Amino acid sequence: MTHSKSFVGTTTSFFLLAGLLLLAAPALLPAFRLELLAKWLCYAIVAVGIHLAWGRGGMLTLGQGVFFGLGGYAMGMHLKLTDAGPGQLPDFMVWSGVETLPALWAPFRNPAFALAMVVVLPTVVAILLGTLVFRQRVRGAYFAVLSQALAAAFVILLVGQQGLTGGTNGLTNVQFFFGLDLYDPAQKRIVYYLVVGALGLVFLAAWQLSRSRLGRLLVAIRDGEDRVRFLGYDPAVVKTVVYAVSAATAGIAGALFVPVVGILGPADLGVVPSLEMLVAVAIGGRFSLGGAIGGAVLYNYASTGLSETFPSGWTYLQGAMFIAVMLWAPRGLAGLFSSGWSWIGGFRERRFPGSGGLSSTPASLPEPKAASASAPAQATSSTTSSASEPAPASGPAPSSARGEVPA
Amino acid sequence: MAVLNQLFIGASMGAVLLLIALGLTFTFGQMGVINMAHGEFLLVGAYTAYLLQNVVLALPVAFAVAGALGLVLERLLIRRFYGRPLDTLLLTFGVSLILQQLARDIFGAPNVGVTAPAWLTGGIGGFPYSRIFILVLALACVAAISLYLTRMKQGRRMRAVMQNRQLAAVSGVATERVDQLTFLIGSGLAGVAGVALTLIGPVGPSLGTYYIVDAFLIVVAGGLGQLRGAVIAAFVLGVLNSFVEFWTDASLAKVVVFAVIVAFLQLRPQGLFVLRSRALT
Repeated sequence: MTHSKSFVGTTTSFFLLAGLLLLAAPALLPAFRLELLAKWLCYAIVAVGIHLAWGRGGMLTLGQGVFFGLGGYAMGMHLKLTDAGPGQLPDFMVWSGVETLPALWAPFRNPAFALAMVVVLPTVVAILLGTLVFRQRVRGAYFAVLSQALAAAFVILLVGQQGLTGGTNGLTNVQFFFGLDLYDPAQKRIVYYLVVGALGLVFLAAWQLSRSRLGRLLVAIRDGEDRVRFLGYDPAVVKTVVYAVSAATAGIAGALFVPVVGILGPADLGVVPSLEMLVAVAIGGRFSLGGAIGGAVLYNYASTGLSETFPSGWTYLQGAMFIAVMLWAPRGLAGLFSSGWSWIGGFRERRFPGSGGLSSTPASLPEPKAASASAPAQATSSTTSSASEPAPASGPAPSSARGEVPA
Repeated sequence: MAVLNQLFIGASMGAVLLLIALGLTFTFGQMGVINMAHGEFLLVGAYTAYLLQNVVLALPVAFAVAGALGLVLERLLIRRFYGRPLDTLLLTFGVSLILQQLARDIFGAPNVGVTAPAWLTGGIGGFPYSRIFILVLALACVAAISLYLTRMKQGRRMRAVMQNRQLAAVSGVATERVDQLTFLIGSGLAGVAGVALTLIGPVGPSLGTYYIVDAFLIVVAGGLGQLRGAVIAAFVLGVLNSFVEFWTDASLAKVVVFAVIVAFLQLRPQGLFVLRSRALT
């Protein structure tokens, strides 16, 4: 056990170091860079939700952009209304010839209502879709396709309802955020700290959720949904709850994205941006919370840097990266890191016995007790082979390896 | 008259979607591969037609070119991913990005057009000949595939693998060969669909992304690997979409169609037709 303890120690100190760096960043970076970092951290918040739904729960959610957008538009509508001033219409409505404020917009003048909607809207949509889909045991690829179709429909709706949503441009030129002038770098820094704070809270919540009974049940459902059902749990409820949590997380990220970037439009939310959010997590490592966050920051860093200098080269690299990760590192960079770590540990163990090699099993997963417990059962009653089938090793085996194709 | 007109528009839209979904039904249904690059095989077909500037000649050529490309993709990448359907989605999305960018670099970002032959221009009673041609082409493809699946040895093997891969394998069916052939035919059909799309309007590098989501929805609604299901789902969704669009507007129609599909899956979670199986999952 000392091995996994020292692994926990390493990860904790790594996260503490990363947290300190993020807090020190405003002193180290110019305003423009800080704004970019804040944007990447918004995607990191989305990544935490994707890690929960996909990495822990095996739900391949291809429509996180929808929840990001719902949260973002809820916040954006409020900010546009306060920017316009009392009794006035947001600029794009004036441009598209809308004369009275649509009923849908009116309640968003109230800041408390808008802030509540940031979380409520994504949660409600996720619960609705989740209940309908998971209760009917629609899973795996079917769920992925449906969530993607949701993203496609959402964007078409946003573009089509020009007067209500700002159409293709979306909500642009947001200047004030609850009294903060976003054009002033000093005041914008406060928004950066808000993003870091939100990421920290979401991180801790996800960490706690993964260690809770719900989190263990979730992993169990990912690896063998029917077995969990036979044990008397309802997988649909667990999956819906976690899907809703991941949606709310994306909503919060979207709401922070608006003051950070100042613009939110369909181009940030469609099928391809939603896939990109997912791919960033795949590259970082979907089974690891730190990997997902790191992946989101790294991917968007590379995307911002390279897509402007080499637009076509970046697309090729992007494509090649997806293929390479799926071929050689399905557990992402975090997986490579942890197997490299345990290789070094094993090397040390071989060279210097007793010096503490590191276990590659993430600490949050239960020890493979089931396998050892079922071994004697197998020895005593070899006739009941089906009952004594050894439980799968509890390591982070990719969920998609079995039982995902609906027959 | 308006109803009839709307019905025709819906049917021709359904025919286009059916052509695209046909190939997916088999690659998704038999092999569990979520091929996001399917949309880019449409591109291959469309640009083949553009290079040849002859729609009829382009049909077989596009089938061959797209089919060959599909086979290469299967051999190089996808065969390493059997049993990991969700991973194939990200893998093929990477492939689709590369193919799209290749098209953009080779043919340029602006849309290109194919001049339709003289006998396809014009129409009768407000129904353009080109749309009728697509309708006929889609039905011909369905007929050919259904003959292939029921009458030919390879087609029967394909169905056997789809129904029970392990049982087919122990009965002596070379499942790997069948997979290759399935992927070739599925990709080739996308090439044919791409040629058909050039009759509707100009085509550009992002053509595939417009259609891929709808095509997947049809496969899901129709049932995996179900030819009948795909045909019915494609025409129903096409007609439904065109009528809702007529009553409200295009952006609401997409949302309504999505809601209808989710509601429909409440009644039949595995689509219109289900492959009977005793497997649990």
